[in-house]
Amino acid sequence: MSVTTELKEKVTQKGNKAIRLSEHIVEIVSDSGEGAQKCGQSFASISAKMGNGVWTVEIIPAEIQPPARTREGASGIRIRIGSEKVTNMGNEANLVVAFNEQVPYGRIDQSAYTEGTIMLIESKWAEEASDSIRESYAEALKDFNERGYEVIEVPMEKECLKLVKNPRKGKNMWVLGMLCEIYSRDIGRAEAQIKQIFRKKSDTIINSNIDLLHAGYKWAKENLDFEYEITPMELDEQLVVMNGNEAVGMGVIASGMEVCSMYPITPATSASHYLADVFESAGGVVHQAEDEIAAVGFAIGSSYSGKTAVTITSGPGIALKTEFLGLAAMAEVPLVIVDVQRGGPSTGLPTKVEQSDLLAILYGQTGDAPKIVMAMATIEECFHFVILARKIADSFRTPVYLLTDANLATGQQPFARPKIQRDWFAPPVDQSPWKEGVTPFNWDPETGLSKRPIPGQSGGIYTLTGLAHDTKGKVSYNPDNNQKTSELRSKKLATFKRTLKPPTINGEESGDLLIVSWGSTLGSIEEAVGLAQKEGLKVSSIHLRFLSPLEPGLKEIFSRFKKVMTIEINYSDKADADGITEDNRRYAQLAWILRARTLVDVDCYSNVMGQPLSPKKVLREIKQRINK
Amino acid sequence: MFGLKPDAALELPENYYVLDDYEKGIARWCDGCGDHAVLASVQKLCREEQLDPVKTVFVSGIGCSSRFPHYMNTYGFHGLHGRAFPVACGIKHRRPDLDVFVITGDGDCCSIGAGAWIHAIRYNVNLTVMLFNNEIYGLTKKQQSPTSRIGTVSNTTPRGSILPPLDPMQVTLGVANASFVAQTADWNPAHMHATIKAAHAHKGFSFVHILQRCPIFQPELVNELTSNRDNICYLKDDNGITVSEDIEKTFKHSAPHDPSDINGARQLAASEEKIYLGLFYQGKNKENYDDYGAHNLGVTVEEKTAMLNAEFDKYGI
Ligand SMILES: Cc1ncc(C[n+]2csc(CCOP(=O)(O)OP(=O)(O)O)c2C)c(N)n1
Ligand SMILES: [Mg+2]
Repeated sequence: MSVTTELKEKVTQKGNKAIRLSEHIVEIVSDSGEGAQKCGQSFASISAKMGNGVWTVEIIPAEIQPPARTREGASGIRIRIGSEKVTNMGNEANLVVAFNEQVPYGRIDQSAYTEGTIMLIESKWAEEASDSIRESYAEALKDFNERGYEVIEVPMEKECLKLVKNPRKGKNMWVLGMLCEIYSRDIGRAEAQIKQIFRKKSDTIINSNIDLLHAGYKWAKENLDFEYEITPMELDEQLVVMNGNEAVGMGVIASGMEVCSMYPITPATSASHYLADVFESAGGVVHQAEDEIAAVGFAIGSSYSGKTAVTITSGPGIALKTEFLGLAAMAEVPLVIVDVQRGGPSTGLPTKVEQSDLLAILYGQTGDAPKIVMAMATIEECFHFVILARKIADSFRTPVYLLTDANLATGQQPFARPKIQRDWFAPPVDQSPWKEGVTPFNWDPETGLSKRPIPGQSGGIYTLTGLAHDTKGKVSYNPDNNQKTSELRSKKLATFKRTLKPPTINGEESGDLLIVSWGSTLGSIEEAVGLAQKEGLKVSSIHLRFLSPLEPGLKEIFSRFKKVMTIEINYSDKADADGITEDNRRYAQLAWILRARTLVDVDCYSNVMGQPLSPKKVLREIKQRINK
Repeated sequence: MFGLKPDAALELPENYYVLDDYEKGIARWCDGCGDHAVLASVQKLCREEQLDPVKTVFVSGIGCSSRFPHYMNTYGFHGLHGRAFPVACGIKHRRPDLDVFVITGDGDCCSIGAGAWIHAIRYNVNLTVMLFNNEIYGLTKKQQSPTSRIGTVSNTTPRGSILPPLDPMQVTLGVANASFVAQTADWNPAHMHATIKAAHAHKGFSFVHILQRCPIFQPELVNELTSNRDNICYLKDDNGITVSEDIEKTFKHSAPHDPSDINGARQLAASEEKIYLGLFYQGKNKENYDDYGAHNLGVTVEEKTAMLNAEFDKYGI
């Protein structure tokens, strides 16, 4: 039964109990600054705390103050709630709360709604003094009805005015109350949530927001004829819920790193905001440098003289850091670089998701600059990968890059509460005497590994240089030395690769189509592949976490499938586009690498629409490719 | 050891460093290059102050002068062109026990590294900074520098440079939180040594602008600077850079200047009449960013674990 028919039945059978759903997708859209995100995040937290699976995606306009009541200004959040674990943003929304009639168009442009989507819309615009506003409101409502949405007008501000002077400010908590009633959420938890988010505010403010919450709840109870229930999971373990940037920040603390050196850039900044708030009590400091070049230079200086440091940035910042990152590879300075990817090139789409930095990260330096690159697929991995990256950086004496993206950065998802382990934390800075006879670049010929001296260690004196150097760290222009030391630095990747296992295959070990993916698309792709498998299609998928060196065994896995393709969020030419031939087609970023690595004719689907991929889109691509 | 009895040796400090202990390799600068003089002075300072080589770090950018760390038997960081300051600040931030020096050239500091330089002044991290100003790019073979005088003939300005030079002293004195700003010349070893020594003793970003000879690419300038004693004026103050009477006598001119007077310092820097050598400005009780950096060292794993668990409680379900 579709939601629409369910709703219709419900509306005609007043007084029934709540409808049980396995999942629902809720969106709250507003002008920016109206608190829709705070409302949605709270709703998500409450739901997660009740034991539901949750995934959120923020809807962010590119400007801080876009014009009000415009489609470009659509700001808000999507929350997908389920009875099971939720791994992605899903397809079209089931229920939308809209603060005006224009902002939904920003989402309609992205095919976010469909026939049957319930739209709870602020009704005050019908009574605006301005003719044009009243008209556009009436027009939009007519259009929404024609599109098949279930439109319900809600007097949000009018109701809020009964309690507060400025309803624009408190409306979001009133809406939270309304949603809590619709979805049978525990109002006590909602109160606690409000106390948590306004903990730095006065009691008056907290109480006023709690009053609004109850008012919204009451209004929904009295005026709406439907109620839902999404059965929570049986939780047998403790969970935490947070967004990807907070998870990165906590990962930094848990890794034992003590210096985060950064320059503000969307969508990476909030990780540093989080750290700035709490890092000091864990013995850490955030350094906001004068630019990204200085940020990475500071981090490298800090690593050189002590514990491995981290720098967190996004595409344009990576571009500026390039020269220093080459130095880190050449001089073998351990360093963790987090790249929260956004749309590029240049300033691109600052608030939107893309997976476009892979090639820049892999090949951004001049000369050969081997490095280890990992990509997180979930919020949970945002936490754990930082810890792993720090360890790898230390043991392999190398920069380690972590690729996350705007989707993970702002998305919230519950995951198992980490059980903190002692060995996650970096050991104290080694100040014991350096072993006599050991050079500062005492490369092991088999593995390329060596241990670094740290200033303060007696007997370890050396001058780090980005110039070609020998085992003593001495500048050397000797041809054989440069050939040999390049081989040794490269060898570290081969050594590291031996510690990796081939990726696990989601589905059958062989078949018609293999999807290869990386990063935040994991949830959507596995959901789509699961649906396709249920329909009997012979499709499987693998998801890569290590991109340099690549996980082993790929060629052999590929050989068991008739077709192999990547699905990514970056640019590629469509094979059948005008003027595109086999000779000039440009592939998606991972596809290029896989083609080069395996010599398999790996195809790809990718786009740069600034949106996370929906399972529906992925499923469509699977069907198209498999039938070709 | 030359007939010393073992018990006599015990009277020496446990580890008495001699000049040799700070020397490494043979400096590959040209004959007559001022860099040799600075190196000798710095090595002497290390011995006088008995700096532990193991706890001393020389950080540089790229240029002839930036080769400096390779000739010091201490830890060193010969990094990128223009980027010595961020690296040095990063090194010092969590290592208050290290003595960190920065070596930079006029191109390195005032051109490609200008942004980092300005901010490093403001951070006022405890660093001893020596700007080697030969008013030319040495390593890349004679291009104009931002500090080159108008009319400087170089490979990129074959008909003479056209822009007025940037004055590192005026720039430094113009930045908030500047704390130690001095000027000296490599051909006056005694004055230079006293200046570097005072800079090292100062807590904060101690900026020493060294007029440095490049006899290969700037022979006329070197000749003019070193022979014309009319241009140079010694700044005299008890709180400034003090030299012996003999050395003082080598200056044709001297002028009083109270180094706590920043406006006076700015006027001296802007003066077109004379080149003043000495301490232009020293500010006490300025904010040191590295004090913040080191304020919470030594948090234990147990404390970190407790803190993280409290965070998980906050985010717990
Ligand atoms: C990013 C970058 N750009 C350019 C260079 C080339 N380069 C090396 S040193 C230098 C200028 C050196 O002049 P200065 O800083 O005055 O030092 P000096 O050699 O005079 O001591 C230049 C342009 C470089 N190494 N890196
Ligand atoms: Mg120069």
